Amino acid sequence: MRALPVGDDALLVEVTSGEEAQALHADLLRRRAEGTLSVREIVPAARTVLLDGLTDRSRLAAELTATEALAAPPRAREVVEIPVRYDGPDLADVAAHWGVTEREAARIHAGTEFSVAFCGFAPGFGYLTGLPRRYDVPRRATPRTSVPAGSVALAGPYTGVYPRSSPGGWQLIGRTDTVLWDQARVPAALLSPGTRVRFVPVSGS
Amino acid sequence: MTDRALVVVRAGALTTVQDEGRPGHAQLGVPRSGALDAPTAALANRLVGNPPGAAVLETTVNGCTLRPRSTVTVAVAGAPCPVTVDGRPAAWGAAVRVPAGALLDVGTVVCGVRGYVAVSGGVAVEPVLGSRSTDLLSGLGPPPLTDGTVLPLGTPGAVPARVDVAPQPAPPAELVLRVSLGPRDDWFTREALDTFTSRTYRVSPASNRIGLRTEGPALERARPGELPSEGMVLGAVQVPPDGRPVVFLADHPTTGGYPVIAVVSTRDLPIAAQAASGTPVRFVAVRRH
Repeated sequence: MRALPVGDDALLVEVTSGEEAQALHADLLRRRAEGTLSVREIVPAARTVLLDGLTDRSRLAAELTATEALAAPPRAREVVEIPVRYDGPDLADVAAHWGVTEREAARIHAGTEFSVAFCGFAPGFGYLTGLPRRYDVPRRATPRTSVPAGSVALAGPYTGVYPRSSPGGWQLIGRTDTVLWDQARVPAALLSPGTRVRFVPVSGS
Repeated sequence: MTDRALVVVRAGALTTVQDEGRPGHAQLGVPRSGALDAPTAALANRLVGNPPGAAVLETTVNGCTLRPRSTVTVAVAGAPCPVTVDGRPAAWGAAVRVPAGALLDVGTVVCGVRGYVAVSGGVAVEPVLGSRSTDLLSGLGPPPLTDGTVLPLGTPGAVPARVDVAPQPAPPAELVLRVSLGPRDDWFTREALDTFTSRTYRVSPASNRIGLRTEGPALERARPGELPSEGMVLGAVQVPPDGRPVVFLADHPTTGGYPVIAVVSTRDLPIAAQAASGTPVRFVAVRRH
């Protein structure tokens, strides 16, 4: 892995895969919980983990660059289930891209176990991985100016659920009533990095 | 019983509630937010006897007009501007007593951009994830003030306001931002790196609490495409496809896919919050320590 200094006290650690980024993230969380790592933010992303507000950047950089491959993190025990009506306006496009029927596309998606690789874009928006790479889909050529809250959507290798209405360019395959972000709830975010997720098909109403 | 509240008579162009923000939740996609010119917000609080983390109002260019329902001590700091109480001139950058029902007017700035209005007891809206700050990117915290908004105030501390006039740095005629290059400087040509650290940019009117946008020579990329999304820090200088650097401020997104050519030293960000559009900007590369 490669550790790039960022600004005064941050480090961007670059790895080669999403799985490795998740393993590194889990390892860094463990170190922080043990008290051996002093850091303000640990932000996992697609191929990196950002550590912001480090007290001893150079020592950590040296340690990480000397680290061999990390073991996969222990999986979270709980699985969050998200009921979905697979009736999104882009379901037909996604099914065509996969070369299957809409019904089969919904079955493939609901039959997959996902995990939250990282969060971003909006509070409570998780980038979920789990589908095999052959099911990657492009973003829409023209983003929508407004995507309704609860939309279940695909882009690249990721599945995401829009926590609130916002503009967006992902392919909408369905919709859920599950509340992804509720600031009155503890924790406010239903999904955080490492959370296991299953989508459960429900019939439309 | 006194009604400890503040009535917003004139909200101004953009007035928000700000404190020290909500760092520590970036892994959930939550921006840090908080006062852009944090040392000035802390100073205004000190002038009225508040702890440095009390919530204040951050105004933009044309101030705001407030009517407290109980007698309060206020301090206006940041971008210099006229201050009046019931039409009579009052001190800027110092503690001012505003009687219950009187009209406090924070006028249009003489120079600079953002004013900070601290009120004894602090603005006591309900915190979200430990902070009362308005986050314009994600919509967390109270919405920007509108005419007629009533803001609850906290109980003033036992420590009385210290009556002093505090020196404050003047808003910049030229903004000099010290940067350390990277983490993605290798995504740009050598010429682009030279241009970035030697030419003068100007603050774009499209700047906001999310980013200080610039106008000036476009920076050419050495490699095409986009990065997979990666974590972003405060002060990151992101270069979008138009090639003009954007400096990330408090409400910046937590992840992004455009390459970060350099990061501005956090010491230089408070003054960047006071750079009006058109202000010349220079990025000066400093060696990492």
